[in-house]
Amino acid sequence: MSRINEEQVKYVAHLARLSFTDEEIKTFTTQLDDIIGFAEQLNELDTEGVEPTTHVLDMYNVMRDDVVEPSLPREEALKNAPVQEDGQVKVPQIMEA
Amino acid sequence: MSNFETIIGLEVHVELKTKTKIFCGCANEFGAPPNTHTCPICLGHPGVLPVLNRTAVDYAMKAALALNCEISRDTKFDRKNYFYPDNPKAYQISQFDQPIGRNGYIEIEVDGVKKRIGVHRLHLEEDAGKLNHLENGTGSLVDFNRVGTPLIEIVSEADMRSPQEAYAYLEKLKAIMQYIDVSDVKMEEGSLRCDANISIRPYGQKEFGTKTELKNLNSFTFVEKGLAYEEKRQEKILLSGGKIEQETRRYSDATKTTTLMRGKEGSDDYRYFPEPDIIKLKIDQDWIDRIKAEIPELPDARKKRYVEELGLPEYDAMVLTQAKTMSDFFESAISSGADPKLVANWLMGDVSAYLNSNYKTIDEVPLTPEALAKLVQLIEKGTISSKIAKKVFKTLILEGGDPEEIVKAKGLVQISDEGALREMMAPVLEANKQSMIDYKNGKDRALGFLVGQVMKQSHGKANPKMVNKIILDEINKL
Repeated sequence: MSRINEEQVKYVAHLARLSFTDEEIKTFTTQLDDIIGFAEQLNELDTEGVEPTTHVLDMYNVMRDDVVEPSLPREEALKNAPVQEDGQVKVPQIMEA
Repeated sequence: MSNFETIIGLEVHVELKTKTKIFCGCANEFGAPPNTHTCPICLGHPGVLPVLNRTAVDYAMKAALALNCEISRDTKFDRKNYFYPDNPKAYQISQFDQPIGRNGYIEIEVDGVKKRIGVHRLHLEEDAGKLNHLENGTGSLVDFNRVGTPLIEIVSEADMRSPQEAYAYLEKLKAIMQYIDVSDVKMEEGSLRCDANISIRPYGQKEFGTKTELKNLNSFTFVEKGLAYEEKRQEKILLSGGKIEQETRRYSDATKTTTLMRGKEGSDDYRYFPEPDIIKLKIDQDWIDRIKAEIPELPDARKKRYVEELGLPEYDAMVLTQAKTMSDFFESAISSGADPKLVANWLMGDVSAYLNSNYKTIDEVPLTPEALAKLVQLIEKGTISSKIAKKVFKTLILEGGDPEEIVKAKGLVQISDEGALREMMAPVLEANKQSMIDYKNGKDRALGFLVGQVMKQSHGKANPKMVNKIILDEINKL
């Protein structure tokens, strides 16, 4: 029984802004289905009354003090931006409306 | 009277004024040159380790407690995934199912009616960068300074029933944030931002109608106007047999209308999941108690005290406590012994008039509370007339200084000596004898004219009460 269909793979690919060939979609559909199937083994366990795990580390309250540290020089910060203007990263026009 | 009931809920984002960003040590500062407050963490470089700013959590808790929320003892952060150029990580660290605060409320008052508006939740998250759209349409420029600024999102219950209630809710929310000192809450700088959800339903219907979301609400007045427009628009559609579409609309103040921004099809799928880079939080009673102890007297409590202990009218107390700066100013002024009601009158009158027409707040002018207190006392003692006081006030608010010295230096002391007054007034009265006769013959207005002439002659320094008395005295002698 298949748990994952091609439409779902295409949808997730779109959300991640990835484009695949039909061939790849087929491969990933099978692979994702296998992964979900593997994880489904967990359903055999009785988790009644067990809190969901939200973090793998059993730690709490790791925080820093509100103290300013140096930032990067602007040139350094923008080094990887292919298009720049006025000390800012230039991107295609984003329409607000 | 409309047949529809309006349902409004608001989502407000408030930037916290911590010294640094929420997950890194970059300065959290408005107005710095673009891209000078960034580092690998807030730029979302791979492999970096964000660490939560303790003060941001303290401030969020303080806000939640001031809004009467329950604090979640166990809380965590979640990853909200979306692509947009203002967000270099392609996800925002936010809180999904365990917000810091829940089930609070804000008390508002509209037309003398008090009402509690529920606060559904309050959570902590990071802000995005700022997009500057080029006017020539060739692109948008991205400034990442704001990325990672700590934000609290405050979601109200759908408890408001009119645009006026929405306005009152925002005013109160802003005041509370100001009092607890966790944010600048300046809409013009984006440190307070608001989205509004609105729907209408026939009175008596239980289910909510389809709602629309309003964006681009850049001032409290726009929120009120945008909602009022939307209320009418939805009503028109329903009355003509149409259907409201669930959509996001944008308010334009130029046209005073809302226009379609985004339909439902574009509905988002953020794929939230627990944020693996941030460790969970456990908030114990000690922590809550410590933050609670830091919350000062809030606007409602101050208002109550002004009415009960200082004897101010409800209205005055409300106006004075709306902004913390104004309220603090008032308190320092009366602590130097000036009469509360007289100080209130000045603050609500001449001071507010000046501030409003110059787009300033009370902490941005040279006038000090001590100076205003002295000015009020000089009038009370009769040293200066209220007319002269206005002149002195003008100097005080423009240049500052000590009212007593200004009065002395400019020779503005009120003339109350009867002999001196009679001497000064004699020629004026002689020249206006006809008006005196007119008054005697029943033309009441003539008295005001005569007083005015004397005041003019004395450059406003004559004691008007005395002048009045002397004129009547002289008329009786005719």
